[in-house]
Amino acid sequence: MKKGIKKGLIAGFTLLLTAGLTACGNNNNANNSANAATDAPEATTAATNAAATAEATKAPAKDPVELLNVSYDPTRELYENYNKAFAAYWEQETGQKVTIKQSHGGSGKQSRAVIDGLEADVVTLALGYDIDALQETGLINEGWQNKYEHNSSPYTSTIVFLVRKGNPKGIKDWPDLLKEGVEVITPNPKTSGGARWNYLAAWGYALDHNNNDEAKAQEFVQELFKHVPVLDTGARGSTTTFVERGIGDVLIAWENEAYLSIKELGPDKFEIVNPSESILAEPPVAVVDKIVDKRDTREVSEAYLKYLYSEEGQTIAAENYYRPTLESVKEKFKDQFPEIKLFTLADKFGTWKETQEKHFNDGGIFDKIYVPGS
Amino acid sequence: MNVSTTAAAQRKVLPGFGLTMGYSVLYLSLVVLLPLSALLINSTGLTWAKFWDVATDPRVLASYRVSLSTAAAAALTDAFLGLLMAWVLVRYEFPGKRIFDALIDLPFALPTAVAGVSLTALYSQNGWIGSLVEPLGLKVAFTPLGITLALMFIGIPFVVRTVQPVLEDLDRDMEEASATLGAGRWRTFLRIILPELLPALLTGFALAFARGIGEYGSVVFISGNMPMRTEIAPLLIMTKLEQFDYAGATSVALLLLLISFLMLLVINTLQRWARKGSR
Repeated sequence: MKKGIKKGLIAGFTLLLTAGLTACGNNNNANNSANAATDAPEATTAATNAAATAEATKAPAKDPVELLNVSYDPTRELYENYNKAFAAYWEQETGQKVTIKQSHGGSGKQSRAVIDGLEADVVTLALGYDIDALQETGLINEGWQNKYEHNSSPYTSTIVFLVRKGNPKGIKDWPDLLKEGVEVITPNPKTSGGARWNYLAAWGYALDHNNNDEAKAQEFVQELFKHVPVLDTGARGSTTTFVERGIGDVLIAWENEAYLSIKELGPDKFEIVNPSESILAEPPVAVVDKIVDKRDTREVSEAYLKYLYSEEGQTIAAENYYRPTLESVKEKFKDQFPEIKLFTLADKFGTWKETQEKHFNDGGIFDKIYVPGS
Repeated sequence: MNVSTTAAAQRKVLPGFGLTMGYSVLYLSLVVLLPLSALLINSTGLTWAKFWDVATDPRVLASYRVSLSTAAAAALTDAFLGLLMAWVLVRYEFPGKRIFDALIDLPFALPTAVAGVSLTALYSQNGWIGSLVEPLGLKVAFTPLGITLALMFIGIPFVVRTVQPVLEDLDRDMEEASATLGAGRWRTFLRIILPELLPALLTGFALAFARGIGEYGSVVFISGNMPMRTEIAPLLIMTKLEQFDYAGATSVALLLLLISFLMLLVINTLQRWARKGSR
């Protein structure tokens, strides 16, 4: 190599190094000043606390803590409300201030972000499969699904139909979706966690009405997807296609999404149709063990998930159109959530891992639906 | 090294080849080659057989077909439209020319997803344009035509911005000479102007084409994502990632990259040849 080139390389590296170092230096400064800023109010709160403890009761104030909840798309409003409620509850219980940051996106994408290093204390995703993936990388300990009640799903939902006002195509149940001229909108199960529930709901219905004949179920679902003119990549995309673009006669959607659409767009345009039978969608939650241990936030993270099962947490879930699991709250909201015959994933399909492999992985049944000649 | 000996043999007016070359190599490695090699490393969990299986799956092949054909169609249309727009911008004065000129860069600045959403809103069956053309039997949104339109939108600045400066520098004397020698306008354009513009036009085409192949954000909304028909290759990469199949995603990406690289290489060669021809 010519000398000059070598010189250039060395010079380039030095330049980069200095740039990097100054950047670090700046960071440090920023941190320091941030600390200084937070130190001051802390000192004053410590002083007021000292005064308060003289007459009162609470445990000594701990340092404020920050949690990151990595969740999927349609839970944004739910967690905005819940986080406020939990922060108030936690401060009252322990005197500790807690701020919870939220991150929302497609369930699978969120799970990958955590695998790739996003430091989530808790994950609240759309499918167990996405949490299983975290477990496989060792971020979450085995057996996460049994850590909390109801398969670690504090709230549930189901899959229903959203149709245009007056239900012009007369859609009442799954077989109506296969009627001539009916266009069905559902996202792509390969890119959308929610869409996998849609697909499995249809499959489960077909199994039940064909003496558990798998071939018949596949035929049913294949026929159903022939009625799908557009496959969006996510549930919100499908809702837009149906609602804003005016495409299709029926949207297969999570019950909470269907309610939200009606709430946002006015009940004069759409209505919800409950099929005779559907799947119990269980969006699970888990503490990310590796990260809470590293950040020393286990106690508050576990409390955060546990409080989802409390009266208050359940009420917030129900107000955001998720089905509560606590009996007392269920009772209160029973008009909002009509009885539908619901089967679980375990009833019909087994574990998420098996389901994913059989239906949605490459070469699985969903792929066969689209490959010509099958 | 051959280059350096000849470089040393000829005395250059400005020194510093070695130093600048060193910088260039370093930064090219850090900014371009390093991420690409990370891509390669991601595929190490992959045997040849698996790579081949993934890369030649009918659905993957269909998505390449969709990606390449729509990107080519869009880049080709952009080459014509872009040339026209550059021509108007360089050769004529009209009110609002500055604004027109600035508008051309907007597709660069707009997040592609926003472009996708607004194009879909325009061209879907109840959109402004869609509601007019659909009764005529022309379906735009959720067809390859819709994808092509989205790619045209994001590709047009490439062509205009590469052709414009060359057109500005073009020697008017030659055109005048050609006219005085009795050539018609069309002949002057074909024989005098076009050969000069061809290298720039090819560059613009290549850039728009390359951008189109990899485009994801603007396309997923308007394409409808129907497997075997309107599913683009970048979407298949996303579906593989959704299965936590990093290796599979990488193999689709690698093949796509390889095809793009080969095509860009061919276009670059064509461009050289065109430049030689015109000088």
